[in-house]
Amino acid sequence: MNLSRKWLNEFVSVDANDKDFAEAMTLSGSKVETTADLGAEISNVVVGRILSMERHPDSDHMWICRIDAAGEEPVQIVTGAWNIHPGDLVPVALHKSTLPGGVKIEKGRLRGVVSNGMLCGLSELGLDERDFPYAVITPAAILGDYHPLDKNKPSIPAGIQAGDKVFGPVVCAGITAVEPAGVNRWTVTLDLGGGHTADHNTACANLHAGDLVAYNTDQAFICTLADLHAQQAEFPHCIPDGIFVLQEDCAPGDDIKSVIGADDHVVEFEITPNRPDCLSVIGLAREAAATFDAELRLHTPVVKGGAEGNLAELLDVETPAADLCPRYTARMVRNVKIGPSPKWMRERLRAMGVRPINNIVDITNYVMLEYGQPMHAFDYRYVKGGRIIVRRAEEGEVLTTLDGKEHTLTHDHLVIADDTRAVGLAGIMGGLNSEIVDDTVDVVFESANFNGTCIRKGALALGMRTEASAKFEKGLDILNTLPAVNRACELVELLGAGEVVDGVIDILNFVPQPTVLKLEPEKINALLGTRVPAGEMVSILQKLDFQIDGDQVTVPSWRGDVLRMADLAEEVARFHGYDNIPCTLVSGETTQGGYSPAQKLEQLLGSVCRTCGYDEIITYSFISPSYYDKIRWPEDTPSRKSLKILNPLGEDTSIMRTTVLPSMLEILTRNYNFRNKSAKLYEIGRIYLPGGEDGLAVESKILSMGAYGEEMDFFAMKGAIEAVLTEIRAQDIRFEPCTDNPSYHPGRCATVWAGSDCLGVFGEIHPLVAQNYGVDARFCCAELSFDELMLSRGADPEYVPLPKFPAVTRDIAVVCDESTTVGALEDCIRRGAKGLLKDVALFDIYTGTGIPAGKKSVAFNLTLRADDRSLTAQEADEDVQSILTLLASELHAVLR
Amino acid sequence: MKAQLEAIRSAALDAIGSTRTTAELDTVRVQYLGKKGELTAVLKQMGKLSPEERPVMGQMANEVRSVLESAIEAQSVRLAEKALADKLAAETLDVTIPGKTVKIGHKHPMYLALDEIKDIFVGMGFTVLDGPEVELAVNNFDRLNAEEGHPSRDWSDTFYFDQDSRVMLRSQTSPMQVRAMDSMELPIRILAPGRVYRKDEVDATHSPMFHQVEGMVIDKNVTMADLKGTLNTVMKKLYGEHTVTRFRPHHFPFTEPSCEMDVQCHKCGGVGCPTCKGEGWIEVLGAGMIHPRVLEMAGIDPEVYSGWAFGMGLERMAMRRFKIADLRLIFENDVRFLEQF
Repeated sequence: MNLSRKWLNEFVSVDANDKDFAEAMTLSGSKVETTADLGAEISNVVVGRILSMERHPDSDHMWICRIDAAGEEPVQIVTGAWNIHPGDLVPVALHKSTLPGGVKIEKGRLRGVVSNGMLCGLSELGLDERDFPYAVITPAAILGDYHPLDKNKPSIPAGIQAGDKVFGPVVCAGITAVEPAGVNRWTVTLDLGGGHTADHNTACANLHAGDLVAYNTDQAFICTLADLHAQQAEFPHCIPDGIFVLQEDCAPGDDIKSVIGADDHVVEFEITPNRPDCLSVIGLAREAAATFDAELRLHTPVVKGGAEGNLAELLDVETPAADLCPRYTARMVRNVKIGPSPKWMRERLRAMGVRPINNIVDITNYVMLEYGQPMHAFDYRYVKGGRIIVRRAEEGEVLTTLDGKEHTLTHDHLVIADDTRAVGLAGIMGGLNSEIVDDTVDVVFESANFNGTCIRKGALALGMRTEASAKFEKGLDILNTLPAVNRACELVELLGAGEVVDGVIDILNFVPQPTVLKLEPEKINALLGTRVPAGEMVSILQKLDFQIDGDQVTVPSWRGDVLRMADLAEEVARFHGYDNIPCTLVSGETTQGGYSPAQKLEQLLGSVCRTCGYDEIITYSFISPSYYDKIRWPEDTPSRKSLKILNPLGEDTSIMRTTVLPSMLEILTRNYNFRNKSAKLYEIGRIYLPGGEDGLAVESKILSMGAYGEEMDFFAMKGAIEAVLTEIRAQDIRFEPCTDNPSYHPGRCATVWAGSDCLGVFGEIHPLVAQNYGVDARFCCAELSFDELMLSRGADPEYVPLPKFPAVTRDIAVVCDESTTVGALEDCIRRGAKGLLKDVALFDIYTGTGIPAGKKSVAFNLTLRADDRSLTAQEADEDVQSILTLLASELHAVLR
Repeated sequence: MKAQLEAIRSAALDAIGSTRTTAELDTVRVQYLGKKGELTAVLKQMGKLSPEERPVMGQMANEVRSVLESAIEAQSVRLAEKALADKLAAETLDVTIPGKTVKIGHKHPMYLALDEIKDIFVGMGFTVLDGPEVELAVNNFDRLNAEEGHPSRDWSDTFYFDQDSRVMLRSQTSPMQVRAMDSMELPIRILAPGRVYRKDEVDATHSPMFHQVEGMVIDKNVTMADLKGTLNTVMKKLYGEHTVTRFRPHHFPFTEPSCEMDVQCHKCGGVGCPTCKGEGWIEVLGAGMIHPRVLEMAGIDPEVYSGWAFGMGLERMAMRRFKIADLRLIFENDVRFLEQF
């Protein structure tokens, strides 16, 4: 919401500078986003009167102007524009001036002639024709500017003279004099050759004595480019652009900023959705008055009326969709004269970010900004049968809105219709078929209240959220429709834009019921933790137009957000000042805070992963269904069944993942593609399995690890997993080969077990999966169930006395089949020992010279110890022998 | 004999002084003091002396021995010192050669920021709660006073799993307020961090998934002053003792009165700079007194109990803390980024 401070000052006098104003309004609840001085970029630009003009001696198109800018001497400025004449008031950017867009103007020479500044067009001042509709320039085709497209075949001979025929009834005419004849009109004296002259009134702005033009003697007009069927390139300087010739009440030397309304300051507010009343100048003025403790000066519209006709006979309104239209208020204006609205109105609209269109449309926008009540104006001609019907749209009903877009409507849309068809989308946008046009004569002003949800959904469905719909959707003050429509009629009369018909059509489908609350100062203070005196509360509420009668508070109609004590407390807090609320700490019963065992495990897992060199990542919970293909899950994999987002941002984020693997692979791939030499990553991420309570997901956490790089292989990853399991003191751990997980290398994948519970899987990614990700690297990944890890946590450690007696170590190397696993050998060694074995450590696996084909040599370091004595060599040897015997008998592993 | 002894003494001292190693010194020692050494040889001649000469010469010989022994001892210490010095010199390292790499992993910056906040609140007696991300619209909206028709319920803003808009991805951590009220005994002090989802396209400041942390207190006599006091304390712990905050009125459907909290810009001290977009303040979180209707819907009597709640975006917090300019970096997970924290 933009606010013009000039407009605001009509209702409340606040002279704080922008910064202080913004700060105070923000702290009282109307958050200011930005403030802007509309004229900040314009400096040293003044109004000047053109005293004389002469053609530049060394240019075919420039003029040397002498300008009265209220200085001691006239200013000389060279311009290339042709639409100016002596006597015109124009914007003059003097030496050392600035213009919008960071443009700096300094004096200089143009083809040898001194120019002490620049004359400005609309765009150079940051304006366009909609801001000043009268500044439209109509150029004539000036024959001296003719540049034939083909030099050998000119359509107009180079030496053409007054009286020469151009074609048909069109002859060449010389301009001998130009006199102003009102806004954008000039009387020119034409030399038609042969002593014939004529006076002619024209709208062409670029004519000067000495010019030759093409004159249609039949129909008496000076030809434009279009009349000659000429292209712009043939008359490069006869353009519909030039200097902004001011038609304002101003004098040489005036600062241009006040002339064009750039002396205003605009404050942009972020208005919260509970305060639609603040989407208006009056609403913000009320807040500003309360904030600055200033008087709020409101105005009650006065309409003279008296236009011919009886409103009841002219117009009939029905509201069959009464539930969606609590109130419909309308008035009529006749004998409308469509034209531009006055400068003050255009300036205010522009300052608030609304483009001026014509007086009637501008009035509706002006009232919407001032009162916060969206208005609409229909051309009465197109309201067939003189009947306005507010109804739900028919299924499939078609309506073209003012923006020219055709919409197919449903029963959920509310339309304004006449007897035969819809003429507008209620609360969103009018219909093209009833638009105010230049020859509109009779106008119906609609000022209605529509159901917010209906308007919001309708606008959303059609993808056309408008200023009006954005207001309606928040729920507007039902009592505001009448003052708003009266204000519109008052403005019509003020602008002389038409005659207002007496009477108002006002259909009320609601019973006005003001909210009345009890003022309980002690409860408010108890909630806020303050000691605001009751008197201060009353005065705050009264400033906001709450009516106080004893302890009864009547809430104003525009404050639909105030429903109970807490809401009153907020009003008190806002104007007492949030900063004046003390700071205390929560008292009362203390609570035992802390982390749950699961949260502690999560912290522990993260800490072990980081100790192992893994960096933490965060990946999206949603993935593409095609990611299941990428990790080679067969079509019939049950886990493919995922929760599907019905309105995803895109396919890639459309289902809730049931596996963390694709997320990890995506990040590994990204790092690989970034040419990072290695990466070790982990995430404790959720998977979302369908079938939870109440239609929700079963959200399980997975410890996901992934890595690649020189040091990384299956065993490096296994080491990290073992570290994790050691840290959580999981017991009875074993690893089993896993050959059937389609995502992993069938020979380099293992499941992790704690007793009979499977904790998860890890290994090297299947080369075909790597290929699907477009990488030529060996990725290692692990997926461990957080819940299973939680269950396999071991008990707190219990101290075991340190050994008092020395250990004996023995190295053994056995030769066995290549297919015999180290795990099986280790298991056999443990079982073969007779109680003295404390540790087995693999230290070598060898194949090659000296070992038969199909066999391997596996070497272990055995640690043997008794807790109560020093072992003798013989005792140790007995244990080793027992181990070797079992190895030989069970696994055919023999001492090398 | 006396001359002999003098000669030995002088020659031996010279020899001892010129030894460079303990081995050489030992050779010298044997040469003079050993069983077959020169001094020993002289002493063996003692018997040939007259009884008068004997004690004199004996004393002299003992003197010589003693002198030589202490000279050897002193030289031995010198040589040992020198040997050690030589060894240390030979072992000198180029200390500028890089150390052997120990690669420690890094916590994600978002979690670094979150963990700080969690620890502060846990220290204040808060319990950390975890909840579902696939959530019922009832908990995410209705029970938080954002009833049918609230714009954030639109399909353009929120992800849904069914046509009836019943099951959704939570758009805020606030449904944890509802879950806590439904499941916990009063008084309640909870902190609920987690993932939330909104239908925003990815850009430098938006992501369809991000993280929030929710805090809530419900007890008798809880006031807005408590809210201010608690959050001020937290901000001082996070940003330092000199942190300046301000509370601005705002609007949330589930709190009344509502506020937003700003922290004075650390860079410009409130004057206005690019970091704070010229405002002098940086918005940190939204908060307020729990709306009486929200308490009522949870079966808590607002006439007896009151409470406050706050919600805060964690990515923005982490980005501010570590001066990360682009939100996309948070989810890109480039190790060159991750290893900076």
